[in-house]
Amino acid sequence: MDAIMLQEKLVERLLCPRVRTSRQKEKQYVGFATLPNQVHRKSVKKGFDFTLMVAGESGMGKSTLVNSLFLTDLYKDRKLLNAEERINQTVEIIKHTVDIEEKGVKLKLTIVDTPGFGDAVNNNECWKPITDYIDQQFEQYFRDESGLNRKNIQDNRVHCCLYFIPPFGHGLRPVDVEFMKALHEKVNVVPLIAKADCLTPSEIKKLKDRVRDEIERFGIKVYQFPECDSDEDEEFKQLDKELKECCPFAVIGSNTVVEARGQRVRGRLYPWGIVEVENQSHCDFVKLRNILIRSHMHDLKDVTCDMHYENYRAQCIQDMTSKLTQDNRMESPIPMLPLPTPDVETDRLIKMKDEELARMQEMLNKMQQQIHDGKDQ
Amino acid sequence: MSDSKVTAHLDGIISDFEGSEVNPSHSNMSAPPHPQPPAKGASHGTGDFSYVGIDAILEQMRRKAMKQGFELNIMIVGQSGLGKSTLMNTLFKSKVSRKSVVSNPEERIPKTIEIKSISHDIEEKGVRMKLTVIDTPGFGDHINNENCWQPIMKFINDQYEQYLQEEINIDRKKRIPDSRVHCCMYFIPPTGHCLRPLDVEFMSRLSKVVNIVPVIAKADTLTLEERDFFKQTIREGLRANGIDVYPQKEFDEDADDRMINDKIREMIPFAVVGSDQEYQVNGKRLLGRKTKWGTIEVENIAHCEFAYLRDLLIRTHMQNIKDITSSIHYEVYRVRRLNETNAQPNGQPPNTLVNPQQANGAAAQHQVLTHEM
Repeated sequence: MDAIMLQEKLVERLLCPRVRTSRQKEKQYVGFATLPNQVHRKSVKKGFDFTLMVAGESGMGKSTLVNSLFLTDLYKDRKLLNAEERINQTVEIIKHTVDIEEKGVKLKLTIVDTPGFGDAVNNNECWKPITDYIDQQFEQYFRDESGLNRKNIQDNRVHCCLYFIPPFGHGLRPVDVEFMKALHEKVNVVPLIAKADCLTPSEIKKLKDRVRDEIERFGIKVYQFPECDSDEDEEFKQLDKELKECCPFAVIGSNTVVEARGQRVRGRLYPWGIVEVENQSHCDFVKLRNILIRSHMHDLKDVTCDMHYENYRAQCIQDMTSKLTQDNRMESPIPMLPLPTPDVETDRLIKMKDEELARMQEMLNKMQQQIHDGKDQ
Repeated sequence: MSDSKVTAHLDGIISDFEGSEVNPSHSNMSAPPHPQPPAKGASHGTGDFSYVGIDAILEQMRRKAMKQGFELNIMIVGQSGLGKSTLMNTLFKSKVSRKSVVSNPEERIPKTIEIKSISHDIEEKGVRMKLTVIDTPGFGDHINNENCWQPIMKFINDQYEQYLQEEINIDRKKRIPDSRVHCCMYFIPPTGHCLRPLDVEFMSRLSKVVNIVPVIAKADTLTLEERDFFKQTIREGLRANGIDVYPQKEFDEDADDRMINDKIREMIPFAVVGSDQEYQVNGKRLLGRKTKWGTIEVENIAHCEFAYLRDLLIRTHMQNIKDITSSIHYEVYRVRRLNETNAQPNGQPPNTLVNPQQANGAAAQHQVLTHEM
């Protein structure tokens, strides 16, 4: 399902009168059916951006998976800490930004990494730096949106969080549950089973069932794929159903290319066989990549904007207004954020408008009075 | 509890002894048949005057050991899901783990760390062994794992205490039941990076009281290069933190020992894969794990190092492990304890440590399910 190809096809069909039915031929062709094409061209020019967060204990293969997903090598110069250095490590937030281009479409990809999560002996509240970061991005966007110069707002909000569940356990561990519950209402959480090459097919199935049950039992709201429209063809619906049943995805990543079945593929070479990352019968990497990039990237962004950000915004405003009524101050209903532009100008403009309104109201009253007097006479 | 007779194959446990063939007896409680007296005198040929017969003592020792049987107590520590129970079953080729014994093994994580020990009597070629597997569910599974090693330290010290009490008893048993932990297998998750803070904390504390054998669990997720790199970083981490795992350098007795142990020290921690399922590979039935891309054979040294671990633990170094526990770790504990009581202001002699009523059977602190022979 190449989204771009699909759109191109659609536009072609719309522009080509030969394909129309006889009835439609009689209708005058207005031409707004080319809107998707116009949007498409504009967005291609503008480029897309996407922020992906990866979270999980160290050694789960997060960086390898990111490199495999986007065919990049973001972590070339990374220096791993040894055991002594890790003892005093706190959870950090590290951002890598990379610009990728494919077939003329530009993507500004930001990967937010969380080294140190879950590694300490005492992991109480180890997710706090992460939730704080997400809230910070929301707050930043909120301010920018409420500001006066909205032309070049940078959207740093986290669109998706991939959470890596270790394959060694018997399901979700306490730290997994707590982390996902802390984040499920702030960001789209997509749980993954990491390093799936240490599990046999039956073990994978058992673990997936277990994880799905526990997610439901603990009330964790992971990212739900939207229902496909009823007018999609059967094949699409079937694929969609398979995708949903595959959650959480069991993934394997690789930084190396190996020779398998006469081809060079990304994979891992073991003495007992070769694991191919892009082989659907070996792992769900292809499904994850399709979801993340090829079919649901835009939906992830939409859900972030429409749901998570709106929730944050509503909460924020509510907090502020409740604070206002508490303090018993009568201020304007405009948010009390320090705006990036100088307050004086805004205040002046507002005052001007107020005065103008007041004058107009006075004039209106005078006119009404005159009419009234005129009637009386 | 139903009687279940567990038969295992323990080749080599009697490799230290020169053995004549003993019929493997499958019936209960039968004493091994008396072996023929070695015709050693004859092999020395002429000059019967030079043969005294001292080496016949080996045979006598062997017979005695066979009658007495051996004891081995192994503790397994690691996060849940690392394949500890499966590895135990694979090592002893029988269902010796806690999960195999309890009918409905719950997979919940206990709120505090529990210590559960299960004993089995296994026999091979007439040699009997009482194997106790001590499991520690709940270790490292919580969000806050501070002090999770404390219950384990306490348990190990309690076993030493129990032995000590029995030893300083005035009227003590002929053969003190040995419940001391001989070996602690610590399971490291195969992250591929380095030791975690929890691993370092645990091992640095426990290496002083018990023999620790670290293993890399579920090693089928590491390629060979990753495995070597991981092992190297682990060894460096152990060195940097002053953790002395088995075989400890300072307890090497002579040059031969040192040579053998150096080779082992180059290889620890062993990267193991466990399995209790058999698959058909090249016409043979082997223990392994079957995946879509191949079958991992547990006993194939090109695949994983399980065979080395088994040889170390059972075939070559079992007696050495027990010796170090009793002659070094236990002695350290004993000296400390006796000095503590000697340092008491009223200066009670050590013998009054023991309350005569407590002499036999100090309170058992673990649940023992012993299978009747």
